[in-house]
Amino acid sequence: MQDFEPLSRGDQPKIRFLVVDDSVFARKSLSRMVEAFGGEVAGEAADGCSAITEYDRLRPDLVLMDITMPKMEGIEAVERIVKEHPEARIVMVSSVGYQDNILAALQKGARHFIQKPVKPEALYEIIRYVVNDTQTPVPAGKGDA
Amino acid sequence: MKMELIQPFVNSLDAVVAEIMGCSAQISDVAMSEASSRKRGIAARVCISGEIEGSILLDLDESAAKRAAKFLSGDDAEPSDDSAREAVCELSNMVVGNAVTQLNDRGFKFKVHPPEIYSVDGNLKESVDTEALVLNFETPSGYVCLDVALKYNLHRAAELTSASVS
Repeated sequence: MQDFEPLSRGDQPKIRFLVVDDSVFARKSLSRMVEAFGGEVAGEAADGCSAITEYDRLRPDLVLMDITMPKMEGIEAVERIVKEHPEARIVMVSSVGYQDNILAALQKGARHFIQKPVKPEALYEIIRYVVNDTQTPVPAGKGDA
Repeated sequence: MKMELIQPFVNSLDAVVAEIMGCSAQISDVAMSEASSRKRGIAARVCISGEIEGSILLDLDESAAKRAAKFLSGDDAEPSDDSAREAVCELSNMVVGNAVTQLNDRGFKFKVHPPEIYSVDGNLKESVDTEALVLNFETPSGYVCLDVALKYNLHRAAELTSASVS
């Protein structure tokens, strides 16, 4: 993997990540990338339910979230996390990259989407953009009144 | 089975094998099968439901599965059998995910279910009523076989059409 300039956010030395994927390999691979970007893997989860619990417990700076998972899918987990934590920064990482999925995830409050197999340089750019984006998106259905 | 359903899987497998295993995959044989049950190595199955339904079985030679595990983990150590199985699941997820993205771009709507390790012992229900196209690929690490057993869900498509009209 190429060398990356360490990612940072303000005066925070390391960006803390929660990596959510039902595949051990996907988690391992994403964690390796996060570390190469100078980030810290604060925790991992293998399904949407555990992701919600781990988010509440760890309050990570950024979540990398798969979509197709057992128990609870990623899009539903995004909706629940963002409902409780509107400031949550979630990037969807899925092999299923069709419009409906991307749109649904963004409408529920995800900040970005990347399709698997993930190229480290592409993920790096997305993370850099998302951590520096100061706007809090309003999920669809909120603030419409 | 129409080629429009098959070609995205061929393209996707080629791209994913190149990206993940760092090698090319050449088609060596194509055959029809009555059911997707030709397990020879380590296999994972992904089911699809919606306007197109059925399953896709990705079956890898043990050496190819272990190569995929090594590439995915970034570890030089010899992967365990469990790691090889997990790697085949993740590979099948990527191949099917990328293929269905192409199909969705052509207007087909469906849901992709999580991959499961496929066993001929009967832990997964066979799709006996769907003819499968079996595509065999050769890679420098061994064979990769793709069983595509898909059919158009005409009833479901008609339901969706009438619902959108009414």
